Amino acid sequence: MSIDLKTIKHISKLSRISVDEQKAEKLAGDLNSIFKFIEKLNELKTENVEPLTSVAETTLKLRADEIKSKNIREQIIKNSPQDNEDYFVVPKVIE
Amino acid sequence: MSDITKQSLSELVKNIKDKKLSSEEVTKAFIDRSEKSKELNAYITEDYSSALEKAKKFDQKPNLDLKLPGIPMAVKDLFCTKDIRTTAGSKILNNFVPSYESTVTQNIWNEGAILLGKLNCDEFAMGSSNETSFFGNVQNPIDKNLVPGGSSGGSASAVAGQLTPITIGTDTGGSIRQPASFTGTVGLKPTYGSCSRYGIVAFASSLDQAGPMAQNVKDCALLQEVISSYDSKDSTSIDFKRNIYSKELTNNIKGKKIGIPKEYRVDGMPKEIEELWQKGIRYAKDCGAEIVDISLPHTSYALPTYYIVAPAEASSNLARYDGVKYGFRAKGENLIDMYEKTRSEGFGAEVQRRIMIGTYVLSSGYYDAYYLKAQKVRKLIKNDFDEAYKKVDAILTPSTPSSAFKIGEKKDDPVSMYLNDIFTVPVNLAGLPGISIPAGHDSKGYPLGLQIIGKAFDEQNILNIAYAMEEKIAFKNNITDWWIK
Repeated sequence: MSIDLKTIKHISKLSRISVDEQKAEKLAGDLNSIFKFIEKLNELKTENVEPLTSVAETTLKLRADEIKSKNIREQIIKNSPQDNEDYFVVPKVIE
Repeated sequence: MSDITKQSLSELVKNIKDKKLSSEEVTKAFIDRSEKSKELNAYITEDYSSALEKAKKFDQKPNLDLKLPGIPMAVKDLFCTKDIRTTAGSKILNNFVPSYESTVTQNIWNEGAILLGKLNCDEFAMGSSNETSFFGNVQNPIDKNLVPGGSSGGSASAVAGQLTPITIGTDTGGSIRQPASFTGTVGLKPTYGSCSRYGIVAFASSLDQAGPMAQNVKDCALLQEVISSYDSKDSTSIDFKRNIYSKELTNNIKGKKIGIPKEYRVDGMPKEIEELWQKGIRYAKDCGAEIVDISLPHTSYALPTYYIVAPAEASSNLARYDGVKYGFRAKGENLIDMYEKTRSEGFGAEVQRRIMIGTYVLSSGYYDAYYLKAQKVRKLIKNDFDEAYKKVDAILTPSTPSSAFKIGEKKDDPVSMYLNDIFTVPVNLAGLPGISIPAGHDSKGYPLGLQIIGKAFDEQNILNIAYAMEEKIAFKNNITDWWIK
């Protein structure tokens, strides 16, 4: 299997990371060598193996659906790169 | 006392409790040494003046019943610290100031410790040499232009260089144990679920664990006892009975069965590593342990599995960095353009590479072939350990396949960089505890570590084995203070 430039462009779109031609070529090279290394897993037959999703063998604990943090609007907004005191601001999305 | 920074954590605690040293004296000593050690680049953010204030305040009304009374400590910059910038080694979080504290650091401050500053690390903990940090390379105190390992490279460098008496790192695939091995220090990765992940910048949530990094096993046990706690704010935190690790520490390991997995004898492993391992086996025997040959047949599949599971989880965890709610934002013509430019300019090359791998293995049409397959192999790897632990109490391996390498040596070859974690990654995949202790030097005089892997929740046992072996090994770190003019 080989990852071509078209696939790199597709993944970059899904990842929301812009790549130019030069970067795409570098990434294709890197990803191909990494995937060649990963292909080793195909040596193993795993049809009857249960996938392991978590090593913590506990059931998730339930808790009451209560608000614990109140009046933290300012704390939440304070790290935003652009704000108008009350909201997060993004580039215009509606024409 | 001019040699304050040479003292171990346990000695400092005792001297403060016996009122032979004040917190201010100790804090000042570590600040002075940190100031003289800028060339190591171990710190990203310093918090010295407020540390001194806190130390003075502590001395006015010292609570000497605490476990870390007035002890200054720098921590990896992956732990959120309230009102102190937390960057995860990334440009994208360069200006991020958390309004909350991670549970692990809160546990540390609750026992009387004082924050010195935030330590350098690979960007989002993705790296094995600290070379992916936006804030530059970290120097290994062992030798100039030598990597300290990663991702907890700043933490390892700061402990080995005595800029902090002790510290914490995080370990997703070896990020505590590999740098500990490279710097001649002790590093413990606890069982998954032992230390809360709340407030730690997430990399791969099913693998990430915080743990102590120290100059010796006793200090390591003491910090583990402080940071390990059940926390309802982390849904995978586990409510089990935790030991008082430092109190229960013993060097009596007579009759303990220690497994030697033949699959860790990998192709091309340097002779020095094999010799170190054999030396470790002899020491374990000298301590009264029984050596048992075991097999972990799926060992060679651990790294490929890790490089599917970890990037997959990372790509999902790092989706939150979009330039809207916090962190760096690039200018864009529209919303999508802003997202794409923010992430392209805000993340470094290795992080982008891993997000891309993760996105690919989770994408439509490839999920079963990669992600599901990896989860199944992960099960086989865990089964190997379960099987082995029917016969043995712990497992002894080398920590890394080589000693520390030069800055730049492996930077352009991701796969060769990934191979650094060959002995540590299986432990994360199986959620087990593992500790690296310094055990010798290679021909260049660089430290080499041995790893002891335990059963889940059996930290006390591997700490005891490490403690017993540490005494026999009597390792001495050769640090010449070359960076101090």
